[in-house]
Amino acid sequence: MTDITATAATALIDTRKPRRFMPGWYSVAWGSAILVMLPVLAVFWLALFPTENIWPHLVDTILPVYIQTTLLLLAGVGGLSVVIGVGTAWLVTMCNFPGRRLFEWALLLPFAMPAYLIAYLYTDLLEYAGPVQTFLRELFGWQTARDYWFPEIRSLGGAVSMLTLVLYPYVYLLSRASFLEQSMSIRDASRIFGCTPLQSFYRVSLPVARPAVAVGLSLVSMETLNDFGTVDYFAVKSLSAGIYDAWLNMGNLGAAAQIATLMMVFVIMLISLERIARSRQKQFNASDRFRSIDRYTLSPLRSWLATLACALPVLLGFLIPFLVLGSYALPRLDQFTEADFLAHASHSFILSALAALLTVAVAVILAYSKRLYPNFRSLALATRLSSLGYALPGAVLAIGVIIPLAAFDNSIDAFMREHFGFGTGLLLSGTPFAIVFAYCVRFLAVSTGSVESSLAKVTPSMDMASRSLGLNPLQTLRRIHLPLIRGGLLTALLVVFVDAMKELPATLILRPFNYDTLATYVYQYASDEMLETSALAALLIVLVGIVPVILLSRTITSTRQGQ
Amino acid sequence: MIAKKALLAGFVLSTLGSAAQAADEVNIYSYRQEFLIKPLLEAFTQETGIKANVIFSKKGLLERLEHEGANSPADVILTSDIGPLHDAVERDLVAPIDSDLVDANVPAHYRSKEDKWVGLTARSRIIYASRERVEPGEIKSYEELADPKWKGRICTRSGKHSYNLSLIGSIIEHDGAEQAEQWLAAVKDNLARRPQGNDRAQVKAVKEGQCDLALGNTYYYGKMLTNEKEPEQIEWAKSVNLVFPNQDGRGAHMSISGAALAKHAPHPDAAIKLIEFLTSEKAQKMYAEVNYEFPVRPGIEWSSLLKEHMGEFKADEVNLGDVVKHRAEASRLVDKVGFDN
Repeated sequence: MTDITATAATALIDTRKPRRFMPGWYSVAWGSAILVMLPVLAVFWLALFPTENIWPHLVDTILPVYIQTTLLLLAGVGGLSVVIGVGTAWLVTMCNFPGRRLFEWALLLPFAMPAYLIAYLYTDLLEYAGPVQTFLRELFGWQTARDYWFPEIRSLGGAVSMLTLVLYPYVYLLSRASFLEQSMSIRDASRIFGCTPLQSFYRVSLPVARPAVAVGLSLVSMETLNDFGTVDYFAVKSLSAGIYDAWLNMGNLGAAAQIATLMMVFVIMLISLERIARSRQKQFNASDRFRSIDRYTLSPLRSWLATLACALPVLLGFLIPFLVLGSYALPRLDQFTEADFLAHASHSFILSALAALLTVAVAVILAYSKRLYPNFRSLALATRLSSLGYALPGAVLAIGVIIPLAAFDNSIDAFMREHFGFGTGLLLSGTPFAIVFAYCVRFLAVSTGSVESSLAKVTPSMDMASRSLGLNPLQTLRRIHLPLIRGGLLTALLVVFVDAMKELPATLILRPFNYDTLATYVYQYASDEMLETSALAALLIVLVGIVPVILLSRTITSTRQGQ
Repeated sequence: MIAKKALLAGFVLSTLGSAAQAADEVNIYSYRQEFLIKPLLEAFTQETGIKANVIFSKKGLLERLEHEGANSPADVILTSDIGPLHDAVERDLVAPIDSDLVDANVPAHYRSKEDKWVGLTARSRIIYASRERVEPGEIKSYEELADPKWKGRICTRSGKHSYNLSLIGSIIEHDGAEQAEQWLAAVKDNLARRPQGNDRAQVKAVKEGQCDLALGNTYYYGKMLTNEKEPEQIEWAKSVNLVFPNQDGRGAHMSISGAALAKHAPHPDAAIKLIEFLTSEKAQKMYAEVNYEFPVRPGIEWSSLLKEHMGEFKADEVNLGDVVKHRAEASRLVDKVGFDN
């Protein structure tokens, strides 16, 4: 599916022609890439030193279970997220039905809900002793579990449901942005050639949105792979369970790193396959996105079905868990006055904001360098590698962060001792910087996707025009590109912010003394099955997450003017 | 962008600073939840004037200690089970706790043979049996859990949890690996459901009739029985009898929470003082009251709840270092018999 305008642009201006080499910019790009790559490289390095070879045991016993479970988990969460995310995005963008404007942003709300939290809450609700089953037993007079069948929440199916409910917004977000940006004329053309609305969706809208859906899907897959909180709570034996087992129970961190490496190889394969499949696609902005969308009018029955389809994910992924959490928090509102509580909240906020700024800055540097030097494959490779941090379980990533930071601190210290007679101790390890760095590595993949795709849509003729008017690449970035991709930048900032608010395992390991964020505070109690005690803090994580989520929705809607 | 980034880094460094370095303090890497140790640390500060700083995480702190090396700020490692203590010794991250007071306070089977770690509290992993469906005396040992008469009647958390691995490790130590494997496979056949949840959730399952026997640590009983915020937990606790296994033989399996001294502790004196304090009469009594654990120090009066519901029992006195060394093997056995599948 090659856009005609794009072909014309590439024909006129050969973007592959090497540009004037700028050593300053180039080294900044490489420097950033290496920095964010370090933790991933540290994990590769750990994989070289297992205390014993764990593979014969794994292959003989549990590896098939790990792999099967992981594949089912990925297929389940990925498949459902695409169906829900793309389906609802298409409905709210292309059709008219009751509640459409509300669902535009409400469909993003589950994104504010941490996966571990929703898992705890639904288990309370749906397990044997929970209110739902107790009610059913009273209603029908059943005595024991043997009298009836009820789906087991602590199961693979349960984990798929929980992860899907909080992860589908990635797909929704990206595919909605893509639907909004699509040219109306190609849709109209397809209709003129006799496509029904549904055929037009399958043959035109979906293929054009495919790169966006693919990015969303890869984010969902990596989140699924790195999840430990949910699978552990549900006792689902995925590869990340295997990583922790090798590390903590068998005392073999090297073997754990090997499993993690295997997982990353898997991710690389997945991403490359997708890239090869659409390597021949190229799209730039179509000229008519200022024309407003004429939405399909649905029959009454269909429009209510559309309402239902959009209401379900919001209800299950946000409203029900939110209300349960609220009911836990209500009797404990006095915690608000505790001084510590505000400190935790401000830590969360500052760390997440810094992480968002830093991560997006790095993403811009990497994406723009790729645009400047399309021939330097090594840089593209570095960007890919650094994105792998997202697929690592948080605690493993934290170890990957500790190793280079501590090595850096200790070498400076040794150097200063030798030459100046005093030590500097640990400069970066154990400071909030370490946490922000970890967030940056972890969530770079999220922001790179958004920044790269919006940058790719700026036609190369812009660069040409700006350069021929005498601006250098840095000036071009500042005066042309950044304003043009404002929407994409804001999206990246907000997504990283919300993700960082929810982050737990790396924060726990890397934080300074006597330092809590809302997430670590919640975890303290939740890990002792006392979630109720910290429900207020949990509620606050969700509430603080809602604000950027709503902003996010506005940003996306405003990408199409005339709405 | 570059300037912004540098500015940002500078801001973080200057405003938030690096780890605290005052004289009268002690830095703790804790595998135990902060809220569980906070009252004790407050009492310590009150008594000695030494401030206690804490980082809590259930994993990764040893790796942090290891890579921070000689510059690590950590003085004391507190753990909720013996696993990390054992790993810390294996990786040469700890120094011997050189204190006659600690040696006098804590019996030898709760200390490492080279004084490289010390137990602070003890708990027993016992069998919770349904009051309604299991006769008193119907089950008396861990070994009997393998009896086919319990088919479909046993609940437990994941076999990979450190508490269960420790129990399996003790079976390996006492009965040998081959016996342990047969035992584990037979227990698996008796499970009412796939292992899941924590110890409390198992007692809940007994109350709800999903199973008749559950494995659990002793302190959960105290926590449930006194849970006024979640009164339904009191009902769970009241639905079970506590069975201390193997009373006619080696005694009930014990595990500990413990402490170790970091090899490069910047405040070694304060660190020793803290560990001594934690084995003192006052702290030992508090521990038992806060978390319903048993004092490791003999002669401490137990809390009334412990006395009333647990009473005297025979504890397995095997050195825990000899149990924890079977941990990796226990984990492999769990895989081998597919205990969690």
